[in-house]
Amino acid sequence: MARLQLRNLEKDYGGFKAVHGINLDVADGEFMVLVGPSGCAKSTTLRMIAGLERVTGGEIRIGDSLVNDKAPGERGIAMVFQNYALYPHMKVRKNLSFGLRLKRRPAEEIEQATRDVSDILEIGDYLERLPKQLSGGQAQRVAVGRALIKKPQVFLFDEPLSNLDAKLRASMRVRITDLHKQLKADGLQSTVVYVTHDQTEAMTMGDRICVMKEGRIMQVADPVTLYNRPANAFVAGFIGSPEMNLVDADLSGGTLSIGSQSLTLEPAMLNRMSPKIASALTFGVRPQHFSLVGADETNALAGRVSHVEFMGHEVYLYVNVEGQQMIVVVSATHYDRSKINGDLVRLAPSQETAHLFDRKTGENVSLADIH
Amino acid sequence: MADHVLSPALAVDQEAERILKAQRRRHLFSAIFRYGVLTLVGLLMLYPLIWLVGASFKPNSEIFAGAGFIPQEPTTSGYVNGWKTSTPYTFGHFFWNTFLIVVPKIIGTAISCTAVAYGFARFDFPGKKILFASLIATLLLPNVVTRIPQYLLFRDLGWLDTFLPLWVPSAFAGDAFFVFMLVQFLRAIPRDMEEAARVDGANTWQVLIFIVVPLLIPALISVCLFQFMWTMNDFLGPLIYISSVDKFPVSLALKLSIDTTEAFEWNRILAMSVLTIMPALIVFFLAQKYFIEGISAGGVKG
Repeated sequence: MARLQLRNLEKDYGGFKAVHGINLDVADGEFMVLVGPSGCAKSTTLRMIAGLERVTGGEIRIGDSLVNDKAPGERGIAMVFQNYALYPHMKVRKNLSFGLRLKRRPAEEIEQATRDVSDILEIGDYLERLPKQLSGGQAQRVAVGRALIKKPQVFLFDEPLSNLDAKLRASMRVRITDLHKQLKADGLQSTVVYVTHDQTEAMTMGDRICVMKEGRIMQVADPVTLYNRPANAFVAGFIGSPEMNLVDADLSGGTLSIGSQSLTLEPAMLNRMSPKIASALTFGVRPQHFSLVGADETNALAGRVSHVEFMGHEVYLYVNVEGQQMIVVVSATHYDRSKINGDLVRLAPSQETAHLFDRKTGENVSLADIH
Repeated sequence: MADHVLSPALAVDQEAERILKAQRRRHLFSAIFRYGVLTLVGLLMLYPLIWLVGASFKPNSEIFAGAGFIPQEPTTSGYVNGWKTSTPYTFGHFFWNTFLIVVPKIIGTAISCTAVAYGFARFDFPGKKILFASLIATLLLPNVVTRIPQYLLFRDLGWLDTFLPLWVPSAFAGDAFFVFMLVQFLRAIPRDMEEAARVDGANTWQVLIFIVVPLLIPALISVCLFQFMWTMNDFLGPLIYISSVDKFPVSLALKLSIDTTEAFEWNRILAMSVLTIMPALIVFFLAQKYFIEGISAGGVKG
């Protein structure tokens, strides 16, 4: 069983607390992505799991054993680093087998394992090359191979794709997810903790995603839940592209006022709201969840287009509503090019998918229907 | 009509060719000038060395006759007699003595300085800053200041007239300069490789031997070269600690031939000087590539 548990995990750099007692359970065979902006301590957390940073509080358990004070090599983990960290003076073959050779495994076993791994990752042709003779994608595959060959209980990935170009990144993304599925199907250990700052990677690869901010966990959920039911304004703004529009709004009765304009809340929204709700709120609508409506539709927000971006299949409109900028995504086929800079538009937010957040705590107060 | 069209074009062509020619000529002149100056200055710098080699083949009477370096009556008697020396030992014996000092000193330096530099560059321990500061402080200390206390120490250890005082301090990372050089080099190497090795199950010493040392090779070659040349050239150390002639290294042996003969046989001294500088020259040219890499790579890392 390669379950990974973090209990009240803390990291204190002599007065500066980087990780504030986080709790996380990664199930056996799960692909868990840690995501967050830079400085959110996601890498620190991963390095603590790897044993490269000392734990200053709390517990890390891999399987059933407490690993806090174990050396990295004894934890049953393997790690893929951002800049590959291949040993520059060793050929690919030696790079792959370094861990096994340290453990003094028999030569035939090492040979067999090297062949297996190089077949899976299609690096058989480069075995006799030095790392400097490899391209970025090849080097990254060797780095993955070096982790794979050890058959670890938990795989740790530290932003493994951020040094690759966009095209290669997309193909490596698929390759890593496929590899995970294959390991799982073969009944091998396949628990993964994957750190990234790229929400596309997080959304496409993770079984579950752990969103972090300033050393705290904001939400742990599967990608769909994270997108549709963000627990707070931070997650709402972080997940999704372009990011969710978050504007200040005040609630009184069933009416939401945004500046001098107001929206009447419909049952779709009212039924979801927490019983105890503050009046100072943040109204969140994804750019895709607006419709452009005519003057006859009264329950809409009026604003002026300040900027238009044509993206091919869709068009981004930057609309100034009451001094707050909103992004609206409209399909390029329906976009009639009549809306140009300075035009007045009316936007009707979809109340099924919009969210209300407490302005002070950031908490989502429009998720009451799940209880 | 055709003339009318062609002639201006022709004029332009001729003009272009003329300019090109002038440019080429200017280029040639500037190249000749530059290389001329460089060759002159280079010769000027090297002249003493060239003269030394030339003079070692001259008979004694000719050496001070002129400043030219080509011997008029070339002879190898300087080498033959110089090699015999005025002692019961040949010059080969003194080379062997130097070898007995240089080899343990270089090996000891390479091992001890790597270990100490690794400690300073990669580990945090109490008192690290103070220890490193005192290490650097010993760099600034003039050698002369420590000569007498060191002498007394080695005398009490019973090490006088042995090779030990000449290499043992270096084998315990006594040369702060080399430690400093390796620390700087290590700081420029990213730690990821070492972390990857730790994840692969290597302990601290395995990381040092399998990962850090191979990465340090260029710097280590520079360290060994410096140590080799400085030890070959060291005169004061052996002069202080070695008193019996059979233990003299070449640096003292050269002086010996000046001391013991009434009329200096300059061609022997020069011949042996040429032999003495040969090992350092040969080693330097063989390892030049790594040497330059080692001393310059501390600053920039690709």
